[in-house]
Amino acid sequence: MPDPREPVLRARARIVAAVRAFFVDRGYVEVETPHRIPAPLPEAHIDPVRADGGVLHPSPELCMKRLLARGWDRIFQICRCWRAGERGRLHLPEFTLLEWYRTGVDYTALMTECEELLLHAARAAGRGPEVHRQGIRVDLRPPWPRISVDEAFERWAGTDPDRALADGSFDELVVTRIEPALARLGKPAFLYDYPLGQAALARRRPDRPDRAERFELYAGGLELANAFTELTDPVEQRARFEAEQEARRRRGARTDPMPERFLQDLSRLPPCAGIALGVDRLVMLLTEAESIDEVVTFTPEELG
Amino acid sequence: MYKAGDLRKGLKLELDGEPYVIVDFEFSKPGKGQALYRCRLKNMLTGIQFDRTYRSGDTFKPADVEERKMTYLYTDGQFYTFMDQKTYEQYQVSAEQLGDSRYFLTDNLEVDVVLWQDKAIGVTLPNFVVLTVTRADPAARGDTATNVTKPVLVETGYELQAPAFVEEGDRIQIDTRTGQYVTRVKE
Repeated sequence: MPDPREPVLRARARIVAAVRAFFVDRGYVEVETPHRIPAPLPEAHIDPVRADGGVLHPSPELCMKRLLARGWDRIFQICRCWRAGERGRLHLPEFTLLEWYRTGVDYTALMTECEELLLHAARAAGRGPEVHRQGIRVDLRPPWPRISVDEAFERWAGTDPDRALADGSFDELVVTRIEPALARLGKPAFLYDYPLGQAALARRRPDRPDRAERFELYAGGLELANAFTELTDPVEQRARFEAEQEARRRRGARTDPMPERFLQDLSRLPPCAGIALGVDRLVMLLTEAESIDEVVTFTPEELG
Repeated sequence: MYKAGDLRKGLKLELDGEPYVIVDFEFSKPGKGQALYRCRLKNMLTGIQFDRTYRSGDTFKPADVEERKMTYLYTDGQFYTFMDQKTYEQYQVSAEQLGDSRYFLTDNLEVDVVLWQDKAIGVTLPNFVVLTVTRADPAARGDTATNVTKPVLVETGYELQAPAFVEEGDRIQIDTRTGQYVTRVKE
């Protein structure tokens, strides 16, 4: 009997092959970094999966930025990542991330690359420049709207991000007001410039020190990617990590030791930008799948 | 106690001293933000539904509800009486609490009665029941195509759409989850 997921899994294989070719053609080198690391980068709301005295990496960011500090200038990786307790229609505790890093540019260069990458991947999936999700047409042709977090809160949440953070409603407003409003735009969209406390690894905006150069890419109601102009100041990075660790302690979550080797290497990190894109969700977008379960070979529940 | 991570569709919780069932559930985690557990909750006593969002760290008391196999006996129109198959104790459920389920009860039907603090508050029906058609207008002339339907009435007073060939006195199988016709039963 044929596997009912065969058409989607074949499309997935074509999409992943096309993503690789896209980066190789642009002079990026594919790298493989260790999946089990001693400790993760401290982040308030990402809980790692423990593994034999270390953790399975929640993203390859730590090792990839250390490679940039060693002199690499364009690298990408497609790898499995793990995050404890994340399971839903759009979440798997083990999932696939694409990360790419580039020196000498800021996050706006990555926005342009996202536009080119998605069109390229859509062609590989045998699609035109339009997909449909939940009854809404998504036109992939660039340029895509770029909306600041401040503007999005004013337009769709009736408040400003700082007030929402103070009363604890920030995340809920993003999910219930801003994400649905972005989906209705009919194109993928970039939400950019987050409050500093929501972007622990991103560079401060020079003209707006309470905002950081981070963006999220949304398409068809899916949060597809998260990007930064990377923070390269080890002193500021340590202070930001301490704030993340403090947030973990407040919510009763386990904290890990400070990543000292990473902080040492950060002083040699050139100006650069980096991005993580969810490959499972990219496949969902381009195959019009409703649930992440439809685009993987096995869900955790199917493993028994 | 349940943790936020235990929340899922169908889970029964106690909130403000009353039993609720989660009828819709979505896990969200925006960007670098916290996990949000968005639930549509239905009060099992009143049927009233509302949405609420929980966060990791929230805990919940399981609703003290159990289901017991019982046999449907009779109704006086306002209350429906069931008998526990083991203890022979009788329980009553009101017409409002049953909602449309009351249309699918036939004498001696075996159902799961939902009990909360030893009071019956609802029933879980078998997925399929067989009922007798008590009124079916003759099919209009020429309506011989199999996809043509007409309204029919069954013994419990429930009206539904059935294929044109169904006649008064026929026994038909109905899906209790959708209320729709499945097939005609030959007996």
